[in-house]
Amino acid sequence: MIRDITIGQYYQTDSTVHRLDPRVKLLGTLLFIVALFLYKNPAGYALGLVFLLTVIKLSHVPLKFITKGLKGIMIVLVFTVLINLFLTPGTAVVSFWKLTITYEGIGVALTMLFRLTMLIMGSSIVTLTTTPNNLTDGLEKGLGFLKIFRVPVGDVAMMMSIALRFIPILMEETDRIMKAQLARGADFESGNIVKKAKALVPVLVPLFVSAFRRAGDLAMAMEARCYRGGDGRTKMKPLIYKKRDAMAYIILFSFVVISVWIGRWSVISGFFNSIYSSFIPK
Amino acid sequence: MDIVKAEDLVYEYIRRDEEGNPTDVTTALDHVDIDVRQGEFVGILGHNGSGKSTFAKHLNAILYPTEGTVYVGGMNTKDDDKLWDVRSCAGMVFQNPDNQIIGQVVEEDVGFGPENLGVPTKEIWERVEESLRAVGMLEYRKKSPNKLSGGQKQRVSIAGVLAMHPKCIVLDEPTAMLDPSGRKEVVRAIRGLNDVEKMTVILITHYMDEVVHADRIFVMDKGKVVMQGTPREVFADVPTLEKLRLDVPGPARIAWELKKKGLPLPDGILTAEELVKEIEKCR
Repeated sequence: MIRDITIGQYYQTDSTVHRLDPRVKLLGTLLFIVALFLYKNPAGYALGLVFLLTVIKLSHVPLKFITKGLKGIMIVLVFTVLINLFLTPGTAVVSFWKLTITYEGIGVALTMLFRLTMLIMGSSIVTLTTTPNNLTDGLEKGLGFLKIFRVPVGDVAMMMSIALRFIPILMEETDRIMKAQLARGADFESGNIVKKAKALVPVLVPLFVSAFRRAGDLAMAMEARCYRGGDGRTKMKPLIYKKRDAMAYIILFSFVVISVWIGRWSVISGFFNSIYSSFIPK
Repeated sequence: MDIVKAEDLVYEYIRRDEEGNPTDVTTALDHVDIDVRQGEFVGILGHNGSGKSTFAKHLNAILYPTEGTVYVGGMNTKDDDKLWDVRSCAGMVFQNPDNQIIGQVVEEDVGFGPENLGVPTKEIWERVEESLRAVGMLEYRKKSPNKLSGGQKQRVSIAGVLAMHPKCIVLDEPTAMLDPSGRKEVVRAIRGLNDVEKMTVILITHYMDEVVHADRIFVMDKGKVVMQGTPREVFADVPTLEKLRLDVPGPARIAWELKKKGLPLPDGILTAEELVKEIEKCR
């Protein structure tokens, strides 16, 4: 029953985006998110949306998969929009009972909606087109500069990849323990939330015990194979920038610079502002 | 040359109370002398708690002797400077295949050891390929370890150790958690290593039939080496083995029973073929 959960939600296919170096994708997402917060007028968001849709098209990932990621944060999204809609002070459009919708509120709510939707879609492209392993490698290499501050980047990356490796094993184990408890008359289905949570205790305790035992065994096996921390290790599959990565960087930077410039350009912003303010009754 | 040499080895598990005073001392290894020569296939047999796994952990410097010394490849395992040399000299395969595979793809796991040793990238690929070929797992190189059977996982673990180019390989009950067919494929892979690659193998197990083809056998009980010699010598002594609660391989057992009933069979029959031949001679 638990087995069907997929973690890391990698979408397997071959595309330009899939083949890019994970560092490009990670930095790209970061820049894209920063840009989203710098835009001041709809033109910027329009450019961002065009860029996003182009990347999605290039990645060969069906749009359906990407919008699926939005479902999880639907509540947050709706909540943010509503709060902004009702609680922004300004000129009232309508008001009923104690709530007032303002023109400014509509503006802020729409901005937030676009920002968050594009932010989530943008970052889910990374996880959809990069294997968890590749992602860890990218983080390790990309954050390598932190070593100067004595952050054990290599060790953290190793921890992440081991955690990923053990997710399916621990899932299987949970399944097995649950079945064993069911066979002994445990009841996980009925009752309210508190009762259900309590019923999980006899599953979690053995799960934790076995996880610790596994961790001990694994540590011993790693030591036996001469693992001694991140330093002095070589890589079987080192990350090396290729020509397409350089191209991607160039496109990425030019997009960010141009779209932020347009998104904040006073003439365009002024134009949109005058349209916007013409709606507000004096 | 002796690749592994344990001299007068004693190891005590000391249980301590909250103040750190010893409350209970268990002697897991009691004056053990074992030596293994280059290219040999040595079996170490014993029941649970006989100290055989404790001994294995000494060969990899995971445990240090309480008394006595262990030399691996001529190095004293107590020598801290040589720790990593000792570990790359004696590769170790453990019991549970799930708890010793680190990579998320078979080939990445095999590459883990060489990566740790700082082997250049190109050579890692060569080593991974030759190791996977040696255990017959080359076609699974791109698979996820979670999708493999127990026997296949254990062969991947063996390949992972081989890729480090050790001088000897220590297997600590590698088949204990496997089904019969998995056991067979792992034992076949281990024998192949010894026959074809001339790898020194120390196989620790409680299945007697896995060490029938070994060059020498040590039988351990309660931390002591109680029997040693070639499989023929050891398996001929059925009463002692029974006293140690070890299962004698079928053909050896039948031969011994027949001999007790008066059939003139020679000592040290190990395999079914030998038994058939000897019985035919009696007719």
